[in-house]
Amino acid sequence: MFFELFFQYLVAGLTYGTIYAIVGIGFNIIYNTTGIINFAQGEFVMLGGMTAVTLYGFLPLPLAVIGAVLITMVMGGLIEMVFIRWLVKPTVLRMIIITIGISILIREGALLVWGEGVRSLPYFTGNEISALSLGGVRLSPQVLWSIGVCMVIVLFLNLFFKHTMLGREMRACAANRDAAALCGIPTKNMITLSFVLSAGIGALAGCVVSPITYTQYSIGSGLAIKGFTVAILGGLGNSMAAVAAGFILGILESFSIWVLPTAYKDAISIAILLAMLFIRPSGLFGNKEAMRLKDF
Amino acid sequence: MRTSRFIPILALLGAVVLVQLLTLAGGKAFFLTQLTMSAYYTLIVIGLCLLMGFAGQISLGHAGFFAIGGYTSAVLTTLDLAAYKENPLVAMLAKAGVLTARQDLYGGSLLSVHPWAACVVAVLLAFVIAWAIGIPVLKLKGHYLAMATLGFGTIIYSIVLGTQRFGAADGISSVPPFPLLFGVSVSGDSSLRVLNYYFAWLLVTVAMVLLLNLISSRVGRALRSIHGAEDAAGAMGVDTARFKLSTFMLSAVLAAVAGVFLTHYNGGIGPSEASIMKSVRYVAIVAVGGMGSLWGTLIMSVVLNFLSLRGYFGSFDDAVFGGILIVIMLFAPDGIIGADLRRLVGKIANYKQQNSNKSQ
Repeated sequence: MFFELFFQYLVAGLTYGTIYAIVGIGFNIIYNTTGIINFAQGEFVMLGGMTAVTLYGFLPLPLAVIGAVLITMVMGGLIEMVFIRWLVKPTVLRMIIITIGISILIREGALLVWGEGVRSLPYFTGNEISALSLGGVRLSPQVLWSIGVCMVIVLFLNLFFKHTMLGREMRACAANRDAAALCGIPTKNMITLSFVLSAGIGALAGCVVSPITYTQYSIGSGLAIKGFTVAILGGLGNSMAAVAAGFILGILESFSIWVLPTAYKDAISIAILLAMLFIRPSGLFGNKEAMRLKDF
Repeated sequence: MRTSRFIPILALLGAVVLVQLLTLAGGKAFFLTQLTMSAYYTLIVIGLCLLMGFAGQISLGHAGFFAIGGYTSAVLTTLDLAAYKENPLVAMLAKAGVLTARQDLYGGSLLSVHPWAACVVAVLLAFVIAWAIGIPVLKLKGHYLAMATLGFGTIIYSIVLGTQRFGAADGISSVPPFPLLFGVSVSGDSSLRVLNYYFAWLLVTVAMVLLLNLISSRVGRALRSIHGAEDAAGAMGVDTARFKLSTFMLSAVLAAVAGVFLTHYNGGIGPSEASIMKSVRYVAIVAVGGMGSLWGTLIMSVVLNFLSLRGYFGSFDDAVFGGILIVIMLFAPDGIIGADLRRLVGKIANYKQQNSNKSQ
């Protein structure tokens, strides 16, 4: 019985871990190209889930998910073009406040459009009660979907950044924006692209976990803090480490319910975040020396 | 304090009196309730203005300090120790006047902490927490600082929301009045509305005088140098860590004081006062008022808080503050009553001068 419970918590932790990891990766993509932490990152996940639910009203599920991802990507690009693209060397404080403002506007807009109701997509395969049994542990197929999609996203990003011209240009932009511009890389477009990309993966994650965790207009800010915790835990800018950190956080949170009231579940991740910031801001897998070179 | 600095303070006091007379003449005395609440919120915001505008450190967790003040006071003044009367410690405290007996809503007698004692505890608690949090947090910069303070605010919010003793989602109600001198007390009693209005604004005025003196002193110059270039300030011998920490603690104490008095004024406090949106709202007001302009922040705080509390923004309350944040930061990062306005006034003055030169 003990082991079954243990694995049940583990699976729950992994499920939440995937979404935290994806939000964390979203932070990293934008941070790498712009040096900005986009506080509206969690809102992309919410937008993806909400749009997919609406589209599902008149489209088959796969098309609804694809449509939602595309719409959110366009939103991400528009946000960058309207609010960020034309700023000349904005200070960090200014960017923090602007992205917080954006996240509030998206959230209030979603409240206006979709109301306070909790929504969810149907299960991709099977339904609420269908489960795979693995040695006594019940596993919803949707859990496999979300873990699988997370893996595919990570793989895709890896290939994209390492083996395509566009990906390499984005990395050049991350390494040194001025030098990249001198090489003829349109750095402004790369920044827009980074917003489009992180909006897209956020939306996809929002769709996949929607059947399990549900979607509401207000989920964004909580996810943003979790995602940031993950990004810090793995080392800011390191997407692969964010996946590992996401699973660590998800599992820790899930097991915290064992010993602490559920109301404090959110406080756990923030306590981890604060502890990391104080003790080792370069992250579990980060390099202290490299961290010093980044400007904060 | 030089005499020239008396003028704005006198203007503030004059405006406070004028507004009271106007509401009396206009038959809108009920506006004073919202203006009193705005005054307490202003207390938090001017403290935050010192931290953000002068020391250059962002805090997205100031609603947390407000909640620490408010909740401590609310818990201590509503708890009932009548059952422990025999306990020597309780008896001693009761004798010392720290505990007072009073009647509750239903005529039963309660033995709870005197509001003044509760206030002292609340402020001390905020002071200590700000010190303990401030030491590690203020070592961080930029995004890290923002996220760490946001994290602090979120922890306070989830503790308040998740603890039965703090009333969970309902908050704490039936907080007793806060006795001042001559039978006057800080409470929502409508017969005391005018006096409460003056008390709240007196508090703001005192805080303003303190802060204005502070920023035009050696400390103020040190803070501005930290904002300008922290490393350079350090190299010039400014103890940056100490100045940042004491500013953080001062602003936390102001927030806690506001929390204590607003809780007594409203007769209760709810978890929404600790929410992140409140912290963001305070940051928004500082941003609109002009980072580093105490007067601008004070004016915008009164205007925005009053409009918000009167419900002029309707269900768009949060959206309005979000929109304000974006617009101000995009187009006027120095605020609208800050440098831009001064520059504009300067330009107009120049223009007039040129015109008068031409006509001559």
